[in-house]
Amino acid sequence: MSAPVSYRRGDAGMPRDLVPEYRSTVLRAPQQPRIEIPHTLTETTGPSGCWDRLMGKAAADLTAQHRGEPIGQRIVVSGRVLDEDGRPVPDTVMEIWQANAAGRYIHAKDSWDAPLDPNFTGAGRIVTDADGRYRFTTIRPGAYPWGNHKNAWRPAHIHLSLLGPAFATRLVTQMYFPDDPLIEIDPIANAIPMPYRQRMVSRFDIATTQPNRALGYLFDVVLKGREQTPFEEDGHD
Amino acid sequence: MTDVTATLEGRNAAPRQDNQDPDLFGQTPSQTVGPFFHYGLPWKGGADLVGKSDLGARPELFGEAHYVLNLSAPTGTPRGEAIELVGTVRDAEGAPVADAMIEIWQANAEGRYRSEDDARDDAAIDPHFVGFGRSSTSDEGAYRFRTIMPGRVPGPDGTLQAPHIAVSVFARGVLNRLATRVYFAGSEGLDTDAVLAQVPEERRGTLLARSEKEGVWTLDIALGGPDETVFFDL
Repeated sequence: MSAPVSYRRGDAGMPRDLVPEYRSTVLRAPQQPRIEIPHTLTETTGPSGCWDRLMGKAAADLTAQHRGEPIGQRIVVSGRVLDEDGRPVPDTVMEIWQANAAGRYIHAKDSWDAPLDPNFTGAGRIVTDADGRYRFTTIRPGAYPWGNHKNAWRPAHIHLSLLGPAFATRLVTQMYFPDDPLIEIDPIANAIPMPYRQRMVSRFDIATTQPNRALGYLFDVVLKGREQTPFEEDGHD
Repeated sequence: MTDVTATLEGRNAAPRQDNQDPDLFGQTPSQTVGPFFHYGLPWKGGADLVGKSDLGARPELFGEAHYVLNLSAPTGTPRGEAIELVGTVRDAEGAPVADAMIEIWQANAEGRYRSEDDARDDAAIDPHFVGFGRSSTSDEGAYRFRTIMPGRVPGPDGTLQAPHIAVSVFARGVLNRLATRVYFAGSEGLDTDAVLAQVPEERRGTLLARSEKEGVWTLDIALGGPDETVFFDL
């Protein structure tokens, strides 16, 4: 058996663990340096071909999960999941969750008094196609206040969770919206140094926008790539 | 007097960079899972890899009408020794972390991963075992999985790894997924395991689950403090 091909390590855009401005990191960031380990089969494998069984069937339209239409600006979020070499990552699960248009989460511990929307849950999942493409229809989430510091507001964002092909490629991130002045003063987004922070800012796209229906935003997710390209023999089937 | 406008004509508007900018192409940065993931990620049964309970989710944290996650449908009993893996997640001061999510990834009883990237033909896939699971932590910071004892899988240079489960820790305040492993005290191969060998001896205990009751293995996870769990750079 050939040795598993390693994935690359995190690049310069990965956040530090301890970001004192984001107060929750203070007691939760590891204090010891991470230990580098070789990538074995454990790190280079991940569950494949069993998404339905694990996570249920796709739920790509978050505006159609209840009896009525949710309140808010309908949007389409679409893009590709790629590796660092620009190759599509097909057949991988992407899960999203978000606040509603008023910035309120459907969660018992969200104590903000903005209204809940009975027609909006804000959770979805999809499996990428052969070209790594995905597409969600949802509502543009609102900004919301949080207790990090006085007058702290989170910029509008959608949470994204991707497994990718391997344990090593697991990623949880957040997608932001263009022209949101809150990004610049948000300690969570600011855990990522510039210019890499801008990788998390989606782009408005008129071609993705559906006439008389929904505004379109583009967002590609780039997962860790392989250390080297696996050797492929020409004409070998 | 200097003409302050002299340089203006040479200036250009700052290009606005975003996700689609080819100059910025690279790994999407990691962000925290936040405190409100429960209606989006950990499904009922997600922590029961043997497939017989609702373990893993916390549906009491949102209305029933908003449960859009999966309901696992067990297909049969996987081969191997059924075990429980339990523990508490604590922060650097020892306080329980009530809003963490633990994920596991492991081989089946024969040491085979259910993955396209495990192409070995000397160990078989178990049709009743995927090997991936998710558990929310409780208000007391506790996680709990029901799974099977993994078999040994190959390591670097022809070695065999000790039985282990790969673990990811997510939580509010955790900006990068924390990757670690669970090993089992007393199992074969611990002293020759190539990954464990990278860990200073005095810290290896943070990766060793112990069993005081038949079939129940306990490993607490400390995000900081004197017994901080060893986390890996992947």
